[in-house]
Amino acid sequence: MATVNVLILVCLGYVVFLFAVAFAADRMAAAGRGKWLRSPLIYTLSLSIYCTAWTFYGAVGNAARSGLEFVTIYLGPTLVMVSWWWGLRKLVRVGRSQRVTSIADLLSSRYGKSNTLAVCVTILAVLGGTPYIALQLQSITLSFSIFAEADPSGLYREGSSVFWVAAGLAVFAILFGTRNLDVNERHHGVVTAIAVEAVVKLFALIAVGVFVVWGIAGGIAPMMERIDASEIGQWHVDAGRWTTFIFLSAAAFICLPRMFQVMVVENDDESHLRTAAWAFPLYLLLMSLFVVPIAVVGLDLLPEGANPDLFVLTVPLSQGNDWLAMLSFIGGFSSATSMVIVTAMALSTMVSNHVVMPIWLNTQEGTGSVSGDVRNIVLMARRVSIAVVMALGYFYYRLSGGGAALASIGLVAFAGISQILPALVGGLFWRGATRTGALVGLTVGFVLWIYTLLLPGMSGASMPESVLQNGLFGLGWLRPQALFGIEGIDPIVHSVMWSLLLNTIAFCVASLLSFPSPLERLQGAQFVNVFDHSVAPRGWSGSVAQSEDLMIMTQRILGTGPAQEFFQAEAEKQGGRSHLPEPTPAFLGRLERELSGSVGTATAHAMIGQIVGGSSVSVEDLLAVADESAQLLEYSSQLEVKSSELSRTARQLREANAKLTQVSAQKDSFLSQVSHELRTPMTSIRAFSEIMRDAEGLSGDEQTRYATIIHDEALRLTRLLDDLLDLSVLENGQVNLNISDDSLRSLLDRAVSSALAGAGSKISVRRARAAERIVLHTDLDRLGQVFINLISNAQKYCDAEEPVLTISAYDVGGRIIIDFIDNGSGIPPGARSMVFEKFARVGGDKAGGAGLGLAICREIMQRLGGEISYLPGQGGAAFRVSLPLAHRQAAQ
Amino acid sequence: MSDESDKGQPPNVRPSLFLERQSYRRRRLTDAARLLPFLGALLFALPLLWPDKSSGDAAVPLSSAIFYIFVCWGALIVIGLIFGFVARRMRTPEDPDTGAE
Amino acid sequence: MSRKVLLIEDEPNIAEAIRFLLTREGWQVEIHGDGTDALQVIQGAQPDLVILDVMLPGKSGMDILRDLREMEELASLPVLMLTARGQSRDREMAENAGVSRFMTKPFSNAEVLTAVRDLHAQATQM
Repeated sequence: MATVNVLILVCLGYVVFLFAVAFAADRMAAAGRGKWLRSPLIYTLSLSIYCTAWTFYGAVGNAARSGLEFVTIYLGPTLVMVSWWWGLRKLVRVGRSQRVTSIADLLSSRYGKSNTLAVCVTILAVLGGTPYIALQLQSITLSFSIFAEADPSGLYREGSSVFWVAAGLAVFAILFGTRNLDVNERHHGVVTAIAVEAVVKLFALIAVGVFVVWGIAGGIAPMMERIDASEIGQWHVDAGRWTTFIFLSAAAFICLPRMFQVMVVENDDESHLRTAAWAFPLYLLLMSLFVVPIAVVGLDLLPEGANPDLFVLTVPLSQGNDWLAMLSFIGGFSSATSMVIVTAMALSTMVSNHVVMPIWLNTQEGTGSVSGDVRNIVLMARRVSIAVVMALGYFYYRLSGGGAALASIGLVAFAGISQILPALVGGLFWRGATRTGALVGLTVGFVLWIYTLLLPGMSGASMPESVLQNGLFGLGWLRPQALFGIEGIDPIVHSVMWSLLLNTIAFCVASLLSFPSPLERLQGAQFVNVFDHSVAPRGWSGSVAQSEDLMIMTQRILGTGPAQEFFQAEAEKQGGRSHLPEPTPAFLGRLERELSGSVGTATAHAMIGQIVGGSSVSVEDLLAVADESAQLLEYSSQLEVKSSELSRTARQLREANAKLTQVSAQKDSFLSQVSHELRTPMTSIRAFSEIMRDAEGLSGDEQTRYATIIHDEALRLTRLLDDLLDLSVLENGQVNLNISDDSLRSLLDRAVSSALAGAGSKISVRRARAAERIVLHTDLDRLGQVFINLISNAQKYCDAEEPVLTISAYDVGGRIIIDFIDNGSGIPPGARSMVFEKFARVGGDKAGGAGLGLAICREIMQRLGGEISYLPGQGGAAFRVSLPLAHRQAAQ
Repeated sequence: MSDESDKGQPPNVRPSLFLERQSYRRRRLTDAARLLPFLGALLFALPLLWPDKSSGDAAVPLSSAIFYIFVCWGALIVIGLIFGFVARRMRTPEDPDTGAE
Repeated sequence: MSRKVLLIEDEPNIAEAIRFLLTREGWQVEIHGDGTDALQVIQGAQPDLVILDVMLPGKSGMDILRDLREMEELASLPVLMLTARGQSRDREMAENAGVSRFMTKPFSNAEVLTAVRDLHAQATQM
């Protein structure tokens, strides 16, 4: 017979072994090795914390009392796992994409990052979790006591053992649950240790089962006969309890904080769900496979009055199989420890993130930025929370005095935590679910649960007998176990039915009646449509935020290394000019998610808010930001249109300005030219008239010659003035056209002869006279003036050895085109745009006229409804005159 | 957008009929997976109709009940297992996330 | 020793008038009507005085003057500049280029003669 001392040694050895496993797993994960740590198998096994000591021992006890009813506790989770495609997949995706740290955080995040809701859920979870932890402590001490009874030394004392068990579990949870801060970094050590414990408890239960079936009963068939012959050998279940328990266990499986911790928070890979969907039900099946056989054999073998909850231990012991009993004890111990550790971790995360941190942040308010090492504060908060949760469990155990009152607490806790279900499911699938709805539903369910189940179920004076019998304030319909006068229902079924029903109704009605805040609506859309967009559209306006402050804060929360890595990566993402990223909304959103992995959504939101805005950013602020950005978007698109308009206008203005500058320069040069053209002949006239007046002894020849010069220069002056007047008249549109008909040929004949008359005509003119038989209806004198000008220009400027001017005429679609092309070097490209300007003389030479000729030509052609242009690429200087064939007077 | 780029194969490489068939099968498989919990609930609710010891008729022996429950349970597990594997095999050449259709 | 003036002017009538005036004063007058080769002509003719028009075909009088002042042997040659444009800017430009005397057309014959005499007197005193 194993003594208590041996038992304690075995327990300590087992715990040390778990430490080693957890430590090795953490080391491997940190070193990046050990892919199997993140395998679906580990994930599945970690889910087994669902099977606590209550189910390990209690299932057999339950079977011994009510047959197959125990199986409902396993069937519920099976159905949940099998329907993973519906629910769990979404839950895990939401949890991962929002970096949720706990079930309270999830609800808070979904309902507009409401910390009130998170606090409510935390209180509910702690209230439900504390008795549950007490239950585990009880199971461990009970199993100890079994061995102690047989121990002659009698050293065992119940009270102290419970204390040491609780303290040991707290230390374990603190050591491995709060080593690293970011919950999403995942506790590989703890999860691996839990997986090992899952194997141990399954192995222990199967070992006992195999021993019972084949060792005691002698095979399957005899076992089945024995079952049918036993006192529970006939099918009997209460339909209400059966369905309620299946539903309740399914709900609790989703809502229990520790399940959420392993299923969502510690989840490494969504695809693990696919494996767990069948593997975890298989685990549950194996866990329950031998429950009835053990119960039946225990009922057969053990004396009347033996506690059926401990058959798993007492059956092997009664057969003298100490080692099997020891294994079974370790199995139960595993169940209890793993549950307690994970529960403590999950609850401490909730308490520290939703209760301690907000309070601490409040005390920090006004300092402007976050001071002190937040990282240490969060860790300390968690450690203390774990200790407090364990202490609560311990005191609950001491107060309740252990015993049978605890046995039903498992289902009571399930019913309590299931009050979260409407808000959770509603939040995931219904966008209309609001914070108010969740709060109201939760409160209604919570109150009803306490009133109808928790208080009446507790022993002692937790509820006056009168209330239980006659209802609150003597109102019969308020009797805790017969609400609205409906009696005769099993208390748990009654409580679950009413609390969840009214919870759901209150949740729906309040959701429909209330109006969600914008942030809630944003988050609601994010959650419900998580598969459409896994990126958060949350707006932080980062203009005020100091990247450096954010960096300091992040370092305090994530640690220096990870924080710097994160900021570096963000800076590179933004273009990487400096080592600190700009506080863009996208960056702040990612930072918030990163931080929320450590301190929870609401706290991270508040912390960033403190730096970015000096205080928490309200939902209204966010809405304003959203509105503003929408307006900005529109405004900027308008701006874009405007700016392109502006640049177009600016270009036009520049062009106009260039034109004006040019015109102004032309005006200057025009005046200067006019001055020059006037002064030159006047100089000659003045000089010679003075000579004729002053000089003595002029010969008659000389007198005649000088008088002629004076005369010629006077004529030249007159011509110039005529030209200027002509141009002025043409430009002002005050010209009277003298329209008549003649053929082009005769007009050209006259123009050529008049242009070449006088001057030594060295240029030869080539014409295709046949093509010139076109009758013109226009001002022939003016057109002739243009022709003369062009011909005399060619004569003056053509620099070819044997200058030739080719005049050709066409009739093109109702327009007459006459080209004047010489064989000289032409006009240089830069000067072409200027040739029709006044006084524009190519190369600055002054071969004759005042440089007004082409300007006058252009004006004339405009008056005649035609045009004159320079033809590039013709070899020499080439001008094209075109005018409409049937010219109607254009001017006036 | 990413669906198209992820597939990465021009449509004429694989016959389109096969593609449609594949996605059709996958969709039906998803349907089956969704129906599975309802099937399970139905199966586990069925024992409530059995005669038990409180009724006058001969009650169903517990061994039969155990047999029934565990066979149903096992069946659910096997179907879930098959679905898991087939879905994974079908998914690998396709885009990784078909989302919630 | 006869005094020689080089007149660079493209308007034949103005050149004729100035030649008449200066010949009577005892100057030997050479006339050149183009700007392009004006510098070479000045070098070749070695005049005592140059009368230079601003607006010349080929090369402007301003440019000729500037180039002329760059040349060592011609740097101190008296240059009388004539222009028909008569803007103050032209006078400035000419003075910057190193003109000896600047006159605007139309001028009186007496002014030209006075200017030529003065310039010659200054040149010989030095």
